[in-house]
Amino acid sequence: MAKDVIILAIESSCDETAAAVVKNGRDVLSNVISSQIDLHTLYGGVVPEIASRKHMEQINQVIEQALDKANVTFDDITAIAVTYGPGLVGALLVGVACAKSLAYALKKPLIGVHHIEGHISANYIENADLEPPFVCLVVSGGHTHLVNVKDYGEYEILGRTRDDAAGEAFDKVARAVGLGYPGGPKIDKLAKEGNPNAIEFPRAKIDGSVYDFSFSGLKSAVLNYINSCEMKNIEINKADLVASFQSSVVESLVTRAMMAVKEMNTDKIAIAGGVASNTAFRDAMLKACKENNVKFYRPSAIYCTDNAAMIGAAAYYDYINGKRSGLDLNAVPNLKLGEK
Amino acid sequence: MKILAIETSSMIASVAVATKDAILAECTMNNKKTHSQTLLPMIDKVCDMLEMDIAQMDAIAVAGGPGSYTGLRIGSATAKGIGLALNIPIINVPTIDAMAYNYAGSNKVICPMLDAKRAQVFTGVYTFLDGKLNVIKEQMAADIKDVIKMLNEIGKEVIFLGDGIMPNIDYIKNNISCQYTFAPLHLNGQKASCVAALALEYYNAGKFENAREHLPNYLKLSQAERELAEKKGNNL
Repeated sequence: MAKDVIILAIESSCDETAAAVVKNGRDVLSNVISSQIDLHTLYGGVVPEIASRKHMEQINQVIEQALDKANVTFDDITAIAVTYGPGLVGALLVGVACAKSLAYALKKPLIGVHHIEGHISANYIENADLEPPFVCLVVSGGHTHLVNVKDYGEYEILGRTRDDAAGEAFDKVARAVGLGYPGGPKIDKLAKEGNPNAIEFPRAKIDGSVYDFSFSGLKSAVLNYINSCEMKNIEINKADLVASFQSSVVESLVTRAMMAVKEMNTDKIAIAGGVASNTAFRDAMLKACKENNVKFYRPSAIYCTDNAAMIGAAAYYDYINGKRSGLDLNAVPNLKLGEK
Repeated sequence: MKILAIETSSMIASVAVATKDAILAECTMNNKKTHSQTLLPMIDKVCDMLEMDIAQMDAIAVAGGPGSYTGLRIGSATAKGIGLALNIPIINVPTIDAMAYNYAGSNKVICPMLDAKRAQVFTGVYTFLDGKLNVIKEQMAADIKDVIKMLNEIGKEVIFLGDGIMPNIDYIKNNISCQYTFAPLHLNGQKASCVAALALEYYNAGKFENAREHLPNYLKLSQAERELAEKKGNNL
């Protein structure tokens, strides 16, 4: 029996400071997340400088808590993993600098992890049977990527958003109807009371890759609808509005995901990222997967949001494949998936 | 007693190792590479040349602000990581105090300044009394015109140093009424050896913190916080 690989993982790419201890890639011993959402709500979105300062305040305690909750000490840790991009550069740097100095002072291997790779790998945590190849749709406030997961650490991007990320569209629409930040969960909740067919919003057609997404046209259509109602003095049914908007987003996502799964000749599809916890999206994916006889994987809500357990899961496969990062590892705010 | 000192508050990255009797090593870089890429490799090289293990350090000293926010965070996060790993304390040395130490023993007024953008500098005013650092004006963020006014009121010969000089050089030359000099190149920049020397005094005085508590001292709120406060009409 091979020795257990226990990874201490750190994530600070946006507005959560997180640390986790993960055994053999799939067994989460602890998963600590310190969210700054309340702080950024004041400003209607994430303020990079405030996020970076907050990470400094939280980073050590989050790591100490992760070790405590996992009931391990540094002696038990095999390697240190950290998100080094994409994300906010100032925020990433806090995690990267701390992880590097931990690895250096403890004489442990260091593994830099791509944030999206982490989101995809979140699916390994609760699904012992899930192995590549499969198709994964990563949808969050910063990313909308349709990815062919060929093998551990080997990715082909099939489609991506041409403009806004899906979660960004949720935030912008939520702000326009006065729901506040963060928009995703608020729209999800209100949409349950609305009719998704009440308003016909456009489904974006895009030249080029059939798998690419576009949400800015939809967002503009929603804003125009609100403006024209206001001009005509028509009261807006917010629930219907957000339900119709959400259904348009969900339809774009689900259609392309199902197309990809057929073309890639796989019978497995996973979703990941913050928007993957949207109930309408999950329900629509589940239904489409059942109709098409495709196995559907999705992480629990806690592994959809930014977290470090997913970084530990991704790092495990890098570790056993011999991938290591140097002491000069830098934060790369626009890191591409598959780049090392 | 061995101290690793880190200085990354501006473009300069500097690392030193000191005992109570000597600076054993110092490495200072001022080039294009980011602190994120250079700092730990520099620490590693310095330890390697000294045939010393990082685990032999008793404390980490860091220039804890003010300075470039990103620079400060890289230095402090690195110190926090090493401190956490080795369970050793952090000595938070005020950046501007350590800069004044470039002129330890001088009989002039020392005014280090770092560019704080928006016509402001991070600065402080110091003299040396019996070889000891004497703080006349504690480090602060200030408009250059207020700094010059203050120095004119003191009226003694001043030595300026730091990267805050260049953006304000015309204003200084045109408005200062006392005698002054600008530091030569080798005394103009931050040095980890100065951080280490001051850190030893701090340490002996019991002034240190654990890695969890340690935070850089930015001396300024973020722009978003300042604007929000202005909107609310607070006077900050």
